[in-house]
Amino acid sequence: MNISNKEYDELNKKISPPSHMFRNMCFAFLIGGLICTIGQLLYRLYVYWGLGVSDARSVVSVTLIFIAGLLTGIGVFDKIAKYAGAGTIVPITGFANAIVSPAIEFKCEGWVMGVGAKLFALAGPVIVYGISSSVIYGVILWLFTL
Amino acid sequence: MAQRIGNYTIKLDKQPSVLGYAAVVGKKEGQGPLGRNFDMVYEDTLIGQKSWEKAESVLQREAVKKALEKAGCQPSDMDGIIAGDLLNQCISSTFGLEPFDIPFLGVYGACSTMAESLLVGSMMIDSGAANKCVCVTSSHFASSERQFRFPLEYGGQRPPTAQWTVTGSGSVILGSSGSDICITEMSVGKIVDAGIKDANNMGAAMAKSAAVTLLNYFSDTGYDPKQFDMIATGDLGFVGSQILIELLSREGINLGDKYTDCGLLIFDRDKQGVDSGGSGCGCSASVLCAYILNGLKEGKLKDVLFIATGALMSPTSVQQGESIPGVAHLIRFNKISN
Repeated sequence: MNISNKEYDELNKKISPPSHMFRNMCFAFLIGGLICTIGQLLYRLYVYWGLGVSDARSVVSVTLIFIAGLLTGIGVFDKIAKYAGAGTIVPITGFANAIVSPAIEFKCEGWVMGVGAKLFALAGPVIVYGISSSVIYGVILWLFTL
Repeated sequence: MAQRIGNYTIKLDKQPSVLGYAAVVGKKEGQGPLGRNFDMVYEDTLIGQKSWEKAESVLQREAVKKALEKAGCQPSDMDGIIAGDLLNQCISSTFGLEPFDIPFLGVYGACSTMAESLLVGSMMIDSGAANKCVCVTSSHFASSERQFRFPLEYGGQRPPTAQWTVTGSGSVILGSSGSDICITEMSVGKIVDAGIKDANNMGAAMAKSAAVTLLNYFSDTGYDPKQFDMIATGDLGFVGSQILIELLSREGINLGDKYTDCGLLIFDRDKQGVDSGGSGCGCSASVLCAYILNGLKEGKLKDVLFIATGALMSPTSVQQGESIPGVAHLIRFNKISN
């Protein structure tokens, strides 16, 4: 069969249906925005209840992480994320899901080699590159303030 | 003894008979268009087990049990069992089939495994190495997801080219005589790399191998696709099927309306959220053992080409940026009229 890989890929691209970019972006904007609005409402509520600004921010994160963890545990998070995409991945909810989902999945392999070893399988790269980029950012900031 | 026709086709002399067959599937497959055809549908995807891997083992065990029952055979009547699956070191097969106490041969051809096990089984029957044998394979959505992709509860989005691994198993009992459904010809596929690197587009990765196998078969035998009642590929899904039709039409072969794909038959793509269609060893195996063989038994089909397709990759090769080669094995089933 005489078809080069390049021709084959062109045929594949012609036949493969494209991702629903516009629909995905709309859902990501709406659901991501909704999560952030809930965060802001919680923040206002915690401040209203008498928490300091800094504490209220931390408790908002804790609350959102808890909700995302709970929704992952009862099998609802992935159903929302199927439509929300980046809308649920980008906020702190995505990080919570990336920790809780392997914890549930790899429980069968035990607490050490399963949960312990695989807990950061998805979130690990986020931590590695998050910390690395913050170090670089810190060095740049330090250079500018010399 | 088997004869070779042309370069790639094997014509079987003894024509192994299909003595019995069975397909067991999970809930989603049971809700699909072929729901009523399956021998058993498990509502609980864990099947009461503590891991997905053990659940998949149960699928294989039950498929073999049902097939033996339908064939009126005991495990001790079997001279061999040829099985494989998608999990590392084929543990669904080994753990699931151990209780049968039948001599075991493990095979791996990714999603083409059902055809591969039928190939090996048929050669054993044809050569006299076995009088009766079992061919079985399985896949499980959850065990495949955790091995090849993400944890089940991870919230990711699927591209429209992705396929849904079928939770199911299909089992065939072959014998040297005793049934009017026979395997008459076979063709062992070559490893074909079309350069596709996207693990979310297996259909495209495998379509070229299916085209090569079919092209070789038609050129060896001189047959016309029109003479078959059905030409069914394993799990090319929507994207792969369309590529296959286009590739063959460029070679002057029109597959016509008898062509179908097991990955398109098992799910309703519009309603079940499976994107390009079903995939996995259990896809072609359960559709063969629930739909195609039933069609042959009832006489609705008399001459069928079954081409199971496999994507020969591993999570490691994909992460290392390698392309995904495919393989496709062909089996011809005939209803023999006396």
